[in-house]
Formats: sequence, structure tokens, C-alpha cells
Amino acid sequence: MNASPTTPFTTIIGLEVHVQLQTRTKLFCGCSTQFGAPPNTHVCPTCLGLPGSLPVMNRQAFALALRAALALNCTIAPTTKWDRKNYFYPDLPKGYQISQFDLPFSSDGHLEVVDPKGAFAPRDVGIIRVHLEEDAGKSMHDEAAGTGDTRIDLNRAGTPLCEIVTQPDLRSPQEARAWLNELKLLLVYLGVSDCNMQEGSLRVDANINLHIPQPDGRIAKTPIVEIKNMNSFRSVERALVYETARQYQEWQETKAEMGSKPKQTRGWDEPAGITRGQRAKEESSDYRYFPEPDLVLVTVDAAQLAAVQSGMTEPPTELRKALESRWKISPYDADVLVNQGRELVGYFEELAGAIGEGKVASNWMQQDVLRTLNERGGTIDAFPVKPAGLADLIRRVTAGDFDTSRAREIFADMVTSGRSAAEVVATLGISAVDDDELLALCHELLAANPKIVADVRGGKEQAAAGLIGQAKKKNANVNPGKVREKCLELIRAMG
Amino acid sequence: MGLLARLALSEAELDTMTAELSNIVGFVSLLAELDTSHVEPLAHPLDTHNVFRDDIPQPSLTTAEALQSAPRHDGECFLVPAVLNESGAA
Amino acid sequence: MQPAELTAIDIVTAVRQGDLTAVQCTQAFLQRIEAHNGSINAFLNVDTAGALATAERIDKRRSQGLPIGPLAGLPVAVKDAICTADQPTTCASKMLAHFRPPYDAEVVARLRAADAVIVGKTNMDEFAMGGSNENSAFGPVRNPWDVTRAPGGSSGGSAACVAADMAPVAIGSDTGGSIRQPAGLCGITGLKPTYGRVSRRGLVAFASSLDQIGPMARSAADCALIMETIAGHDPGDATSLTGGVPRYSTQLDQPLAGVRIGRVPEHFAAGLDPEVARGVEEAFAVFKAAGATVHDIQLPHAKYGVPTYYLIAPCEASSNLARYDGAHYGHRATRRDEEGHRTPRRDEAAHGTTPHTEGAFESPLVEMYCRSRAEGFGPEVKRRIMLGTYALSAGYYDAYYAKALRVRRLIRQDYLDAFEQVDLIGGPVSATAAFKLGEKTNDPLAMYLVDLYTVTANLAGVGGISFPCGFTKSGLPIGFQLQAPALGEGLLLRATDRFQHLTAWHQRRPKSIPSATPAVR
Repeated sequence: MNASPTTPFTTIIGLEVHVQLQTRTKLFCGCSTQFGAPPNTHVCPTCLGLPGSLPVMNRQAFALALRAALALNCTIAPTTKWDRKNYFYPDLPKGYQISQFDLPFSSDGHLEVVDPKGAFAPRDVGIIRVHLEEDAGKSMHDEAAGTGDTRIDLNRAGTPLCEIVTQPDLRSPQEARAWLNELKLLLVYLGVSDCNMQEGSLRVDANINLHIPQPDGRIAKTPIVEIKNMNSFRSVERALVYETARQYQEWQETKAEMGSKPKQTRGWDEPAGITRGQRAKEESSDYRYFPEPDLVLVTVDAAQLAAVQSGMTEPPTELRKALESRWKISPYDADVLVNQGRELVGYFEELAGAIGEGKVASNWMQQDVLRTLNERGGTIDAFPVKPAGLADLIRRVTAGDFDTSRAREIFADMVTSGRSAAEVVATLGISAVDDDELLALCHELLAANPKIVADVRGGKEQAAAGLIGQAKKKNANVNPGKVREKCLELIRAMG
Repeated sequence: MGLLARLALSEAELDTMTAELSNIVGFVSLLAELDTSHVEPLAHPLDTHNVFRDDIPQPSLTTAEALQSAPRHDGECFLVPAVLNESGAA
Repeated sequence: MQPAELTAIDIVTAVRQGDLTAVQCTQAFLQRIEAHNGSINAFLNVDTAGALATAERIDKRRSQGLPIGPLAGLPVAVKDAICTADQPTTCASKMLAHFRPPYDAEVVARLRAADAVIVGKTNMDEFAMGGSNENSAFGPVRNPWDVTRAPGGSSGGSAACVAADMAPVAIGSDTGGSIRQPAGLCGITGLKPTYGRVSRRGLVAFASSLDQIGPMARSAADCALIMETIAGHDPGDATSLTGGVPRYSTQLDQPLAGVRIGRVPEHFAAGLDPEVARGVEEAFAVFKAAGATVHDIQLPHAKYGVPTYYLIAPCEASSNLARYDGAHYGHRATRRDEEGHRTPRRDEAAHGTTPHTEGAFESPLVEMYCRSRAEGFGPEVKRRIMLGTYALSAGYYDAYYAKALRVRRLIRQDYLDAFEQVDLIGGPVSATAAFKLGEKTNDPLAMYLVDLYTVTANLAGVGGISFPCGFTKSGLPIGFQLQAPALGEGLLLRATDRFQHLTAWHQRRPKSIPSATPAVR
């Protein structure tokens, strides 16, 4: 948020995101990247850092990274190199990480986030760089065993990672969360990563400080804090909210400004809902970067870029706009659909095409298909009702064969039984109730419910609702709306 | 510098090494007399580019093989002295 | 015939034709090893059982009429920096004293596929850092020509075992001269191929942009035989060259008419021993008599070779050796007991190596790293790690490492320019013949200068070969080096082979090699 009379400061947020690329094998060796394997079963001399081992770059990893960078509107370097980042840690078996330092393969991009409900103005977030590097293994501290040992599992070591570093362009925790959702959506759409924070395929660190306008016109800037250990997008938002308040309070107490102390790292504690300062490292992190001698340069020419670009499917931003204009649905509706993924969008478009109308299709998608999907689980590809079948149902409603609530019952049956609308209708003995039948039924109801009639005549029209349940019991095919309407008409006619 | 290189050196070693390194550094500083302002660094003697491998899984080592030279392990993982991880998480 | 006196080519021919069995060949060399390794200390591990089993399998296949490989029955010694899954791979370091790799190096896999018999792993300077094989944690190697002298390094064990006929061929590695210089001091032939010609996969890395594996044998013809097996593209090594491998053996023994050999006058400056200089000039004369022409050329930046090398190599090494931290393999220092006391080990008390920072480590993990590495590495390795760490550190990178990379380009350009005028460059491989053990160990800089003539080939990535061209009055070998443009090993082998048809220096053997004196530790 920007400084204003009610908010005395501007929040400045930048994000550093690490995304595991969706390759079958690791970045420098042929070990599987499949999640959840028993410890140290997906390892080989290369990712173990054994003496004499050598790395060879995974073609697909570079291709996916290129795809991500292009979708983030980055400039792609015609020549890129790899560098060693040297430091000692047990989950880093070589004692260095192969990464990119001064010549990353891409830089200077941006990704915009828009809130369809307008909670914040559209924010176009600059991206400083996207580079490719290998992941480290996992270290697990075994408190229970009480031995004071840490267990090291190197299955993850060598997994390809894209590091995405934004400009400090975000202005609120809500924006940050929304932007992360947008990034995730984009990368999932592109098939670059499944961005699953629970499985560790997406990790976020946030940098935040405050700009506080001073009475003399100067802007005081609080020291930048890096926040780590956030395990979900919601955690990111919560942590940033907490940290904003904490920094402002600290400012009021100490007036400490940026530069007065080194950049601080704080860890987010989800259960406690606070950030904690982490022990400052005693030595400076001098990574002694130098060019990786075991890997040769990678060049990318215009032809390759064009090929990658043309092979890419529509990213979410364009897809939303396309749906809005193609099917005349609202930005909100387009957003909901796109957020569900490409397959569901495909279903929607088929459905809308079949019935020739967007809004109704969108409503059915959101209120019925999605709700059912969430209850049942499973994917849209495996959904028992195909677009053609649902389109048929909707056409019958439009034709007046039955009302929407009846249609929902039929739909539910179609889902569980897998039968077509026609079959379900026939089985349930659904048929239109003609006018004579309706009239006769209403007369019956009125005769059987003198109290309700009296109430309605006394001015309580809503009492008529009590007739609907009885009507349905007598004839399940009646349209409740028509029953109410007819009954009221008859009662009024009574004078 | 010893800590950066993770080498514990005794007093005696430190003294000897400091003297030796001074000599060596003095020796290699000979390079400073060359004007290389218009010369690009040569990190690789080769001119090859774009060497890749296909994204096809290859057999991994067994866990036993991976741990066979480990100074300490528990059959599944390598064991090292407790890493004081600030966040306490993996 | 005595297998131990045969060339490699003779051995494989004899086995193929059935005149000798693989077992006979292997046994002959195993006997030589048993007789002389005690006094030479060329081998760190001898795999008697494994070698004989392999030989038996080869003999059995041959007797059944099944195909056998081009090196069938040939005993080969492998430098202990190269991974062998069935034998320890120690790099002559306490750090890896008990290390068994779970895989074979590419070169080893190819040798096995060709049915070579790997008899054992040879001694070397620790982690390939040294020029005399005195930096081994398991005792120095002695020069078979004079056991009070060094064989050169770092592939001292490989050179000595061939010189003493403990193996017909050996595999070495060369980062700044580590094949060529010991070959020169031991009177054998050693080839450092063009960078990337032979896969580095499985070679424990010292300096990745400089390391190369190569053959060491009694002759260029034998080296050519080995090169046909070990050279060639390996998709597991991103720096390995694509392109076919010539049949080097078929390109030997050709006239040298028209071949232009460069001679660098600066090589004959004050530091070059006069006997060596004479031997080298005589070799030029032999080449001239063989039809080649000799031309004086310049390598203007050659004098910067050693300082450039002694920046780039330690920098890369400091990173390559970071993995030796006691965490996943290799030596790990023992934990202190609960009270935090630790009895200094006897050698620590004797040599004053008790860490002065006792108790001052920021965590048990850092302590493990620091002590494991302090205990596992010898002094030269530590020196280079410190130097490399320093030269890469913030604030020094540009002045040291980056500067060295620029000078490297100038050195490579010197070669490119020179090879416009000549086809080969000839000269000394070492300023002196074999020096006494202990002569240079107190002065690291003096030791670095033994690489004077060899480092520039590694920096430029070109190939070089060394072979004997004479002997000093005291009977020590004098080595000659030829260097060629990239992918010029064919010409190197051809020119050397021609020289070896016109001379007999390479056929001389040490008069007597002591047997079974206790190894020096």
C-alpha cells in the first residue's frame, strides 16, 4: 500500500521464487526427480558429488526454463554460462552449487497481476532475472533419535530449479499473494512446473521494507528484511502482514534506517504467527563464484527462440481475455475458469460452443461442475458428464422441459450413473406437466390446505410456499414456480 | 581464510603456510606486468557449445552403494553432526 | 619369450596368436611387481587375484573361439586418481585411503571392454599436486634408474612401473606436465592428448580445465595402441570432443620429410642443465636427419606459464576438493568425547599440529569439516587449497583468477600463431634430469618450476608427448618433448615413432633395480 494520511508508509516487497522444473530427470544426471521416493534411492556419482563425477546439462530443463523466461517477457541472453557457487553444507555434496552468476540466461522481464474484484489496482511486477541452477539435498534433524545427528537425503540434490527474482515492485501482502498465484498459474499452464509448495516444487523468500515519508519531505527507509520458511501463499501473506507491522513498530521505537545494519534474515513461524530473527552468520558469505569448467557455454539463437515461442500455448492472461471476448463472460467468470486449469477451460469452451452461449455455460461450470468436482475429487478429464451431455441437459431446460432445480437433480444422477439426460428423464418418469394437470393439482392442494388459503387471503403470500412440498409429493414433475403462481392466481380469484 | 577453506591449521602450520603463500603470491603477481585490458578471459580451452543429454531416466545407484563409503550412516541416510538450522525445518 | 621384456604390441599379438596366454603375461608382470615394488613403491594396490581372474576369463574365451578385445591379456597399471570399482582409489591421500568408488572411470571401462588386465593402482603425488611424487601420503616413489632420486610427478608411480618393467603400459593424468615430466625423468614415452580427446569421467578432478588422461609406455607405438581404446567422445563428459578417433597405429612409421619443427631459443636459457640441453639439441639433429626442418620460433608469453598455471590450477582445485569434507565419503575426524577433551595424536604432539583453534569452531559440523580436512590432506594440497581460496575470494578475483584467464588466452594465441609456421614444437620436457629425493621439498616454488616446459600445453589445451633422447653421464634419462596443435596426437605419435626407429634410447632399461628393500614411508 502507498503512504497516505491513513497509512503512514509504503510497503516495498520483492520476491525470490525457486521453482522445480517438471523434468523426468535431474539437471546434470539421469536420476529420477519423482517425489516421495525412499531416501538416497535416486542418486548416482554425479549428484552424490563422488570423486571423478561430471555434470551434463539436461536439454529439457533448459527448454522449460527458456519457456518460463519467455512467458515472463524476459530478454534471453544469446550466450549463457554456468558458475560454481562455493560453500560448505552437508546437503551440498560437491561443496559447490552449479548455478549462474553474472551471465544468467534471461533477465528484465515482468508479470502483471490483476484482481478481478478490484481489491488492488493492476500491478505489473518487474523481474530482474530468471536463471537455472541445481537444487541441494535435504537435511533432517532427528530430534527424536536424540543422537544429535542430522540425516542427509540426497534424492533432491541436482533437481533443476529456476530462480525467479522480482524487482521490489509489490506494494502489499495481498498483492504478493495474488502475484504468486498468477505466477503459479502461468507456470502450471506452461507445463514448466507443478508449483506445489507442499511438495517443495515451489519455494518463496520475501524481501520487505517500509518507506516512511518524513515531515521534512525525506523518505526514511527501514532496513530490508528477508523472510524465509513460508510454506504456503497464505503464509507469505500472513508473514508479510506481520512483518509490516513489526517493522513499523520497530521504526517508531528505534528510528533505525536501511544501511545502519546488515540485511536481516527472519524465519516465519506459522503456528506462532511471527517472524523470528535468525542467528547472523559469523563469516560473510563469500561464494567465490567462478566459471564452471566442466560445462560448456550454451547459445540460443533467434530461430530457437521462435520455435519455443510458437510451441507455447496461450498463457493465462491471454486466455482470460480470449474467453471474455469470445463468450461474453465477465472478467470475474473468466478468472474463475482459467484458475481451474487448461483442461477445465477446454470443457467450458466445448460446452459453450454446444449451447451457443457463454454466461449460462459459465454458471453451470461454476455452480455445478466445479462444485461436483470438488466434492467427488478427480480431474475434469475423468468427469462422467461430458460437455455434449451437459449441453443436451441445458438445452432441455431452455426448452422448458423442466426447471433448473429439476435439472440439477437430473445432473446429479447423470454424474453418478453416467447416463445421458434422456435416459435419466425417462427412468425418473419426468415429463412436462400440462396445464390441465397443473390446474387439477392446484385445486386439490387448495382444498386440502384451508389454513394456508386463509393466510394468503389475509396478506401472507409467502404461506403459499407450504404448498410446494405437497405438490412435489403428489407429482414430482411439477415446476414449483408454476405451482405457486397458479395457486396464488386461484386464491386471488376467490375474491 | 582457513575457515573459508574449512581447514584447521595449527600455529606452526599457519606460520609456515603464510610465508610460503606470500612467496607464491609474489610470484604469481608477475602477471600484473602484462597488459590484458583488451583480452577476454579463457575459461575453457575448447570452443564447443551446447552439449546436452536427453531427459531420459538412467539407473541410479542402490542406497547401499551410495552409502558404501559414508563415514557414518543409518542404512538410509548420511549422518553428520547436528546442523543448527535456524528454522528447524528441512 | 619373457613377457616382461615385450612391448605392449608384442604382448597383444602373442596372446591373440596363442603364443602366450593372458595368465602367463599377467603372472610375469605380477612377479616383477612383487620383486621390485618394495624398493620403488610404484603401486599402492596390486590386484593379484582380480588380475589373474580376468586373465583366466580371457584365456577361456580365446580357447573357446569367442572374440577377445584388442588389448586382450595386456597388463595395465592405472594411476590411483582414476576410479576403479573393484579396487580402492586413494589419490595417494589419507582423505581417500579407504575409498572404493561404486563405478569405473570411462577409461577403465574401455580398457576392460578391450580385455586389458588391470593389475593395480599406481602411486602419485597427492591429488595430482606435485612434480616429484614426494607428496604421496603413502611414501614417495623412487626412480628405477637411481632409487635415491625422484621419478617426477604427479604420475610418478605410473612412470616408474613402466620404467621398471612392472607393467608394459600405465595410464596417467596430466594437468601441468604430470605425464610428460615423469616420463622424461624415467626414460619412457608419455602422451598428454589434446584437452577433451580422452574422457575425464572418473578421473578425480584436480583442475578441470587442464586435466587430461593419457598413456605411458616404452614407445609411441604402444601409446598409439592404448589411445585407440581410450580416446573418443563420451556423452558423460560435456568437455569431451566429438569426432572420430584415428587409427593411430596405422599412421605410424611414416617419413618426416616436410614436417616443420619449431625450436624456442628461450628454452635454452640459464636454468637448463647443459647435459639436457645437449641431449635436446642432438634430438633436433636426429629429426633433421630424418627429413624434418627445424625453425626457431617464439612463444612470447611462455615465461608467464607457470604463474598462470599456479593461479588457475589451485583455484579450480580449491573448489574441486571442497567435496572432501568427511560428510559423505572419505576421512572424517573422530569426534571429541563428551567432556570436549581430546588427546592429541602422537604425530600431532610430535609435529605440533594440534589445532590452535581448539574449541573455537562455531559448530560441531564446522569442526568436523575443518579437522577432517586438516587430517586428511597433506601440506602441498593444503597450500594449494588456501592459495586457490584466496585467489577466488571477493576483492582478489579480478587481480588473480580473472587475470590468469586472460593471460591464458595470450598463451593459447602464442601456440596458434606458432602453428601457422610449424607443425610441431620441440624442446626439453624438464630443466634437469631426475633430482634427488628431498632436494626440492623445502621450497614449494622451486618444485613449481619443474613444470616450466609443460604447463603451457595444458593452458592452451594442446597435446604433448615426451620420450627419451639420451642419457646423462651418470646414466639418467634425458627427455624430449614435442607439442602439436589441437587434435595433433597423430603427428606426435608418428614423429616420436620415427625417432624411435632411428634411435634406441627408449629400449634402454635400468641396469639393476633393487629388490624388495623395505618401502619408505
